[in-house]
Formats: sequence, structure tokens, C-alpha cells
Amino acid sequence: MSVESVFPQLEALLPLVTKPVQYVGGELNAVSKPWDSVSVHWALMYPDAYEVGVPNQGVQILYEVINEHPDALAERTYAVWPDLEALMRANDVPQFTVDCHRPVGAFDLFGLSFSTELGYTNMLTALDLAGIPLHARDRDESHPVVVAGGHAAFNPEAIADFVDAAVLGDGEQAVLAITEIVRAWKAEGRPGGREELLLRLARTGGVYVPSFYDVDYLPDGRIQRVAPNRPGVPWRVSKHTVMDLDEWPYPKAPLVPLAESVHERMSVEIFRGCTRGCRFCQAGMITRPVRERSARTIAEMVDNGLAKTGYEEVGLLSLSSADHSEIAVIAKGLADRYEGTETGLSLPSTRVDAFNIELANELTRNGRRSGLTFAPEGGSERMRKVINKMVTEEDLIRTVATAYGNGWRSVKLYFMCGLPTETDDDVLQIAELASRVIETGRQASGTKDIRCTVSIGGFVPKPHTPFQWAAQLDHETTDARLRKLRDVIRADRKYGKSIGFRYHDGKPGIVEGLLSRGDRRVGAVIEQVWRGGARFDGWSEHFSYDRWMAAAQNAFEGGPVDVDWYTTRERDYTEVLPWDHLDSGLDKDWLWEDWQDSLAEVGVEDCRWTPCFDCGVCEQMGTEIQVGPTGVTLLGMPPLPPRGDDLLAAAPSPGTAL
Amino acid sequence: MARQAPVRDVAPTVQRLRLRYAKRGRLRFTSTRDFQRALERALRRTGVPMAYSQGFNPHPRISYTNAAPTGTASEAEYVELALVKRLDPERLRDALDEALPEGLDVLEVVEVRTPDLAARLEASVWTVELPGVGCEEASSAAAAFLKCDRAEVSRLTKSGMRTFDAREPVVRLETREASPGADGTPCAILDLVVRHVTPSVRPDDVLAALRLVADLVPPIPARVTRLAQGPLVDGASDGDPRRAVSDPLAADRD
Repeated sequence: MSVESVFPQLEALLPLVTKPVQYVGGELNAVSKPWDSVSVHWALMYPDAYEVGVPNQGVQILYEVINEHPDALAERTYAVWPDLEALMRANDVPQFTVDCHRPVGAFDLFGLSFSTELGYTNMLTALDLAGIPLHARDRDESHPVVVAGGHAAFNPEAIADFVDAAVLGDGEQAVLAITEIVRAWKAEGRPGGREELLLRLARTGGVYVPSFYDVDYLPDGRIQRVAPNRPGVPWRVSKHTVMDLDEWPYPKAPLVPLAESVHERMSVEIFRGCTRGCRFCQAGMITRPVRERSARTIAEMVDNGLAKTGYEEVGLLSLSSADHSEIAVIAKGLADRYEGTETGLSLPSTRVDAFNIELANELTRNGRRSGLTFAPEGGSERMRKVINKMVTEEDLIRTVATAYGNGWRSVKLYFMCGLPTETDDDVLQIAELASRVIETGRQASGTKDIRCTVSIGGFVPKPHTPFQWAAQLDHETTDARLRKLRDVIRADRKYGKSIGFRYHDGKPGIVEGLLSRGDRRVGAVIEQVWRGGARFDGWSEHFSYDRWMAAAQNAFEGGPVDVDWYTTRERDYTEVLPWDHLDSGLDKDWLWEDWQDSLAEVGVEDCRWTPCFDCGVCEQMGTEIQVGPTGVTLLGMPPLPPRGDDLLAAAPSPGTAL
Repeated sequence: MARQAPVRDVAPTVQRLRLRYAKRGRLRFTSTRDFQRALERALRRTGVPMAYSQGFNPHPRISYTNAAPTGTASEAEYVELALVKRLDPERLRDALDEALPEGLDVLEVVEVRTPDLAARLEASVWTVELPGVGCEEASSAAAAFLKCDRAEVSRLTKSGMRTFDAREPVVRLETREASPGADGTPCAILDLVVRHVTPSVRPDDVLAALRLVADLVPPIPARVTRLAQGPLVDGASDGDPRRAVSDPLAADRD
């Protein structure tokens, strides 16, 4: 059975919507495979607007890995804006892929990558527009298997009603394993229907099928137990870890959209995982252990990616890029290699030390030194001990002095508000810090023409972190604290004019907190708020806190729980957490001890450089940290090939007027 | 101290090339900026030895002229490149056309021999398909429009809402009938020649005027294509509308 493109119907609607180019596809390096040439069809979604979703590395990697499979294809779909959604509903145009404009409902699998929980309502829009029943239990064999991935999949309980499955961790090998199971099941004539397929997936131990687990609750609202309800389904589901990043150098052919995206550069991931142990950071906890890509593979990916995309800037991505054990070699090697080619190199790093500035200097040899970003995260020395961000005020001042002294004109400082044990005073110290930064910067640079921007947002406790038990700060207190900080900065006559202040108000954080530490009862809230019109909750112009709270009040009516119960309530050691049956490798007792250490303001070092602290991941998952040095430099690489020589005119013809 | 932009040893421009390209099919939804990014990346992929500007953020030296609006197809868009090595125009045409996506098609490349292409782009020839509009309805609307001395329309521009006359720059407006669609829906076609003025008058402004003066409301959005741009040809008031302008690159070809 072939599947028709819906583009003719869509095309008539495009002149009526904003930025129609985002719906037409046509990205460089996109792949279109004939439908009937393969047996397994994946639709991949990043559930946000195209401009946000198209650069997403996770989706690009899986898209390419699946399309390299001879018996599978992958196409991409993104959230449509409300203007097009209304027209699609009025004209019966279904959710479509941008590659071949095939209807999402026709695919075997519908994979969604959730970097943030605020994409949940966009998932419901897509399911609904695709004609896929919202609830997994209402689907039959004619519907795609809906699979969630991404960091939010480490606690997918809030969307357990809507997804058929969730996959934790790295997707490269996992999508191929799932593809193989679906391929075999289809080849055998779909024995046992959808239930059998989901059972085969669940029994691998690496695919979580929520419907195969029952959740019982205590009268006070806490979870009593989560237990599998089918034979052969494991009690705990494991995350996936790709151990050799050099074997998976994806994306090999990064997508280059026609439309402008939020990330107008090529990205090369230089390592996965982080062992700094910042206690608020879910990404750092769930992506352990550290696995470095070798300098040589990184350089080859940069070469290849630039040749295939034509981008003029490359970002070297990871959770803390300056921590790569060979980053100095990589930075110098790449800067030498691309000198004179009008190619920009950037290293998103927020490390507070002089080494970070040396790297940044290297990468901007010829370019503009506009801004450097540092992330002390906590305003006071005490706070930084609580969150295990081992940076002293003297470190920071010394670092910014070096930065301004090296010609950097602006420094951005990232902080969080609402961290455990925080008081007004901890946050107000940010103002003093910023003043000292400007004072130091003016001395170091010899000019008043420097700036410091303080960027601060509310902290949201996340699953699988030492703060998973912590009480989230209510939004009223968060906002009040941020206002006080703003007022103190504004009142600083000497330096205040040089300090920028950017903050995010506390309300969206409460919704994010509800979703990220939610259990299955939160699904009803998501459905109600979506039915009430919630879309694009990550966009302040679309987000409505009141709509969320009204939906929550309705959904939780008469029960023992409410929004505060999920957000501002501290949990204790014995409580069964909704994600306890999902194994990130981290030992729960280690997390608890780290939480207690945090309250005692005791730090823990980075295990990349120091002995193991028994977080549990390597032992549990059979993995190990993988760091250099490999000792390989980029000097051995073949020179960049000359390009464009075949375009030259045969013989120069002089005398043309220019 | 603030760093000064480095004085760079940039290679001098030794050749300028003019390109005519088309924007077709679904890629008519690309904006000028979308095209600019696609072109600059295609130039880098093909290794075209572009001349760069000085300064902190050097840019390849490319001049864009008079781009057709987003959503409008075109057979006649013009761009000029400055190069630090002499290229064979035909080879560049082939390589760039290959590197750009289907629908952004490089049609011809000529070496610059005369200044001021922009001044020669005096007028555009447009064809406007109006599915769901009968030819008679379109004809009478066109006649009503042509009878007017002025037809003021408003459009949101970068500098806010502006009101301007859409009648005066219209040199020609004729209607004909397209073969009806598969389901028998009629489709009128407007052939439109418009002088380039400031603020520019675009086909959607003329359609807005037709709505104002004759209540012409197409049930389906019009499909607009720019067929040509160039110097206005005196006395070409009938016949093939494309002949209303002459080839703006003719002078470079001699």
C-alpha cells in the first residue's frame, strides 16, 4: 500500500499562514525513500515549532541512522502553529511529515523526542491531527506505535496514557533494535497484534511500556507500588548507553533548513555525559558515564559536516565542552586548520576558569570577542556548595578579570533562583557579585565600555537527581526574590548601568515541575489543559498559567493530591517515586546521600579526574568513563582539499571594467 | 581596551558575475533571507572564491536586487557576486544550480560589463492565476481598475502601515482564461506589468485594489509568478506581455 502526499491540500493553505517555508521541507541532506521500498516506517517528531525542532541533534541523528537501514525509513514532523492547525482542521489535512508530506498516521512508529516537558501538549495536537487516538489503550493495529524519547522520557509517567512506549538514554542503537523487532513482527504477519508487538519490545528490558505496569496508591496520595502486569516484563527498565562515540559519528550529513532556525550553525558533539556532579542538573546525572569522542573523529566530523552543509560556523557541543581531556589540542588544531577560510568555531562552555578563556581566545583569533558566558549558578558561596558547583567568588573574579583583560567586552552570568535551602540573602549576593565583576572588568580593560548580564531563572527539581526529593520554591516567593534582586541591581548607582538583568518568572517553572516529577494522575491535567487550548507551552506568548491551574484543579478534584503536592512538597527517603522503576543507573541510595551532603554543604569532586564515588552507573550498566588523552593531534590529517578549482576560467581575460 | 577589528589581508575583487535565478514550486514560499542563506551556503559548498568584506564579521560580497515577495514564484531574480578569482560563468552556473535545492534554479550567469543593474530593472511582468474566478468577472474588475486615476491600498510594511496608489505604476493589466482545473473550476489569469516605484507596488496590492474597486474576492489564494524584470520597452502595449520589458543582462552580454 502506498501513501499519498498531502502536499496538494496543504499547499492551498500555505499562503494563509505565517512563515509557510517551515512546512515545505526541502532541507539540504534530507532523505526521501519510496514508501514501498522498506517495511518499517518511522515518523520522528520534535514537538516544538520547526525553527526550534529542525536543528535538534537527537532527531537528526536518529533520522540518519534509521534512513541508513536498508529496510526502514524515517521522516520528520514538527508542531504546526495554531494558524495552520485551524486551517488543517477545517480542511481535513492531517499531521504530515515535512520530507514527503506523508500523513503521520500511516507510519508504523511515531517517535517523539522530549527535551522538555513543555512539549507534551504539542504531542496531543499532533496525535489528534494525525487521527491517532490520544489514549494508547484506544489504539489498534492501524495506528503507529507512539514512542517517547529524550531526557523527559526518564520520567514519562505524566504522559503514560498517551504513549505506547518510552526509551531511556541514547537512541542510536535503540531505534535499530526496535526497528528489527517491528520488522520481524510485520514479516511474521503481525502475530498477536499490537499487544504482542509491545510485549516483544517490553521484554527486551530496554523499552518501557507503561500499560504493562500497574500503579497502586496509598490513601494519602503517595505511590504504594509499581509492578509489571504481564509475565516476562521486567520490574525495572534500563537506559541505553552508546559506548563508543567514534563508531557513531552522526549526524554525518546534517540537515540544513531553508527556513531560519534558532541554531544557525553546525554542531559536533564532542562527548556525552558529565561527571561534574552539579546536583540540580538532570542532564549531567542521566547521561553518565562520560564518553569522549576522539580528537581525530571530531576533526573529521567538522571537515565532513562543513563540506556537506556550507555552514560558516561550527559549535563543539557537550554538557561542558571545556572538560574534554584533549580540548586544547582540538581547539588549536581546528583553529589552525580553518584559519583564513572564514569559518567560525565556537565552544559553548560555561566553566568559570582561565582555561575556558584561553580556549575562547584560541577560537576567536581573528573574529569578534563579544561575549563570554559563565555559570556560577548559585549567588553565594554557601549556595554553590549546596549545588556542588565548586567555584569560589575569587575564582570568578579572577576569571572575569582575565576575560575583560583579553578584549572580551561582555560577560554573561547564569544563576538559578529557588535552590534548596536558599534565602533572599543568597540571591541578593548576586548583585554584589555583579558589581565586583564590573569593577574588576573596568580595571582590567581600562574602559567603562564593558557589560555584565545576569541571567536567572527558577530552579525546577528533576527526577534522577539528588534534588528529586526537594521542595520546589513556590512562584510567588521566586518572583519576589527576583524582584528584590532587580531592585538592588537598579539601585547600584556606580555599576548598575553596566549590569543587565534578565529573568524568567516562576509560573512556567511550576508547570514544568508538575510535569517533570508527575505521575500518571497528571495525564488528566495535560489532556484537560490541551482541550482547553494549551499549545506551545514553552513560548511565553502562548503559555497560560491560569489555564494549567484550572485544569489541575478539575483533574485533581476530590483526590488527595494537588499541584503543590507535586511541586512544593519535599519527599522523604521511603517514598516510592514515580520513576523508581526506570533505571538511569544511578543508585538511589547514592542520590539520597548526595542530597544529604548537599544539605550539609559538602561537595563531591569530578570522577573524571578523581576516584569513583560509586554513583552506581558504571557498575549497574556495565559501562565505564572513557576519556583521553589519545595523544593523537590533528597535524596528521590530510590538508583540506582545495575546492572550486574546477570552476576557474580557462584563461584570464584582462581588461574587464569592474 | 576594546579590540579594533583586524585589518585583514583580503584578496581584491577580480571579477563580478550576475546571476538570474528562478524560485519555483514549493520553494516559492522561501523569503529573500531564506534564499540568501541557501545561496551563501551553496557558494561555500562549491568552493566559489568569494570576495569578503572587511571588519569583525566579514561577509561574502553579494548584492541582492529587488527580490520577489515570499510566496511568489519567479523566473527572473537577480544577484551579483564579487570574486577573487576569475571563474567560467557557465561552469559556475552548473555547479551552483547543482548545489541549490530543486526549485531554486540558477538560469544564467554573465560577467558584469556594465554598472547599475538595479537601475535597469524598471518594471516587472507578473502572471497572476486566480483559481475559482471566472474570466468575465476578472475582466470587468480589471476594466474598473484601469478606469480609475488612483486606487489607494494599505499594506503593513517594515516601517508600519503605509497607504499608497496601486494604479499609477500599472502599465498593463489584461485578463485571459486558463484551462479549467480537473474538477472544472474556472481560473482567470491576469497579465500584469508594473513599474518599480517606492513603496513598491506588488501583485497583492493590485489584487487588494481589485477588491476595493470591483469586489473581486478570489476564493482561493492567487498563484503569482514573476516572469521577467527589465527596462520597459516603448510601445509594447500589446502582444506577449513578457516583451513589455527587455533583457536587463543584454548589455553585459555584448
